[in-house]
Amino acid sequence: MKALLVAECRKGLLAGDYGELLGFARAVGASASMVFVGYADELPRFEGRLHFADAGEYGEYNPDVHKRLVLQAVEAERPDYVVFMHSSYGWDLAPRVAAAMRAAQVSEVAAIGDGGFVTGCCNGKMRRTVTPSTPCTILTLQPGAFPVEAAVGEPQLLHLETVKDASVELFRYEPPADGGIDLSRAEVVVSAGRGVGRREHVELVRALAEALAGEVGASRPVVDAGWLEHGRQVGSSGQSVSPALYVACGISGAIQHVAGMKGAGFVLAVNTDRDAPIGEVADLLVVADLAQFLPALLSKLQT
Amino acid sequence: MKILVCIKQVPDMEARFTPNSAGSWFDESGLAFRMNDYDEFAVEEAVRLKELLGGEAEVTVLSVGPDRVVEMIRKAMAMGCDRGVHVKDDRAVERDPWQIASMIADYARPLAFDLVFTGMQSLDRGSAQVGVLVAELLGLSCATTAVGFSCDGSAATVVRELEGGTKAVVRLRLPALVTCQLGLNTPRYPTLPNILKAKKRELTVLSAEEIGLEAPLAVTTGFSQHERSASCMVIEGEVEELADRVLDVLNERTAVLRRGGGR
Repeated sequence: MKALLVAECRKGLLAGDYGELLGFARAVGASASMVFVGYADELPRFEGRLHFADAGEYGEYNPDVHKRLVLQAVEAERPDYVVFMHSSYGWDLAPRVAAAMRAAQVSEVAAIGDGGFVTGCCNGKMRRTVTPSTPCTILTLQPGAFPVEAAVGEPQLLHLETVKDASVELFRYEPPADGGIDLSRAEVVVSAGRGVGRREHVELVRALAEALAGEVGASRPVVDAGWLEHGRQVGSSGQSVSPALYVACGISGAIQHVAGMKGAGFVLAVNTDRDAPIGEVADLLVVADLAQFLPALLSKLQT
Repeated sequence: MKILVCIKQVPDMEARFTPNSAGSWFDESGLAFRMNDYDEFAVEEAVRLKELLGGEAEVTVLSVGPDRVVEMIRKAMAMGCDRGVHVKDDRAVERDPWQIASMIADYARPLAFDLVFTGMQSLDRGSAQVGVLVAELLGLSCATTAVGFSCDGSAATVVRELEGGTKAVVRLRLPALVTCQLGLNTPRYPTLPNILKAKKRELTVLSAEEIGLEAPLAVTTGFSQHERSASCMVIEGEVEELADRVLDVLNERTAVLRRGGGR
């Protein structure tokens, strides 16, 4: 079995998660080759063939061109799997490659098993097994799902070239909106999710954060609703935190949120749904209405 | 300008899901269906663009699914879409992204839309494939995960959301397809007069077979509950008691209450 792994370049840097792509290749028992549009001064380290194109020439984000380059590497390698991370680069590029090859794609793979690939569904609440039926399968991997393989070795470098004609081009990057809040060093983070239900209940979350000498965090829906500022968003499109205690209030546990808080020491979840996927990462799940539970907890903390 | 919006109906995610008899997807009985969250942003963006362009633009809204999706197509028309297309397919939930995309592309190909909007993914399947596949099948330029959009008639500018809050501003030649992320805009609520008007708008019904239904490339073969972490303790009961137990556990397992916390 052969896996062609697609490493990626983000804002001039080789993304470190290519170790997870290597981890997947090992897990599935495939030999690994790689394709990378990036910069020659920082190449992925592994033993195998590296199909390389210069991002200075072809752009960091240029899906038409990157698709052609990946397809050239596919042509050379004839892999069983073409593997991306499920990132803003991977979910954008993978279906383009899949369409060109008329190949099955399985998105956000969390595990291998049951004759197929296991992926989350129903907003992370359930899981399903997808069985591809084409000779080559395109995969995007859920961040953190596969163990990081140590980056060692010296790849054999092969240069790719293509025409630069493209219908989409990167114009510029915009840095994150500055909320001025760094949650990454907080010892305690108390976060509000969609399940808080009402803006007023965010105040209960804030009061608990204060009582525990911690910071307030939020999941995406709460930020989108304007109940808390974007600078407090925890997750793949916000900040990553690793506090000693993480309190998830009314947070279902969508994978995008979990990606930002799974480094926490102890996770306390408060949720009315005992089957909420937050239970996968929580140490203690309190099944309760937070509008009643949080005041009870607060009054005990204050005495 | 001709604009197409593709939308999907999904169950309310607060529901409890149980496997169907084949064990390949959820049992639909008792579930309430509504428009996929991401697609509401797609509809809103299409309607805003139409309003910006005045009388020169027309928005078609399309959905693939069983009869229950008609209610959602009407809602999109009440939000401002001019006409609806229902690709009637009772087995839509079994289709893979390739099949859905090939049906949409087959419908759209002869109509030469200038812009197509879709959600970036659905809440139930979350594959994030159909929009991009449609673009590839139609040869449209495409950008995913839009949190900002503008269009000058020959090119579109899309702000893509990347990791960690960084954004990328990209330019696309038209015709183009854009997949919409949450927060792109604020989807409107349909007003009663618009709901009534929407009932009179044209709704075309097509069957899956007459528009390019292809064989699947992948099949869903299993559907199950997520397993809770074995180390997760679950407690239920009266809130005072729960609060006491939480404090006990926090005292035992963490140092946060001894360290300035618990004021």
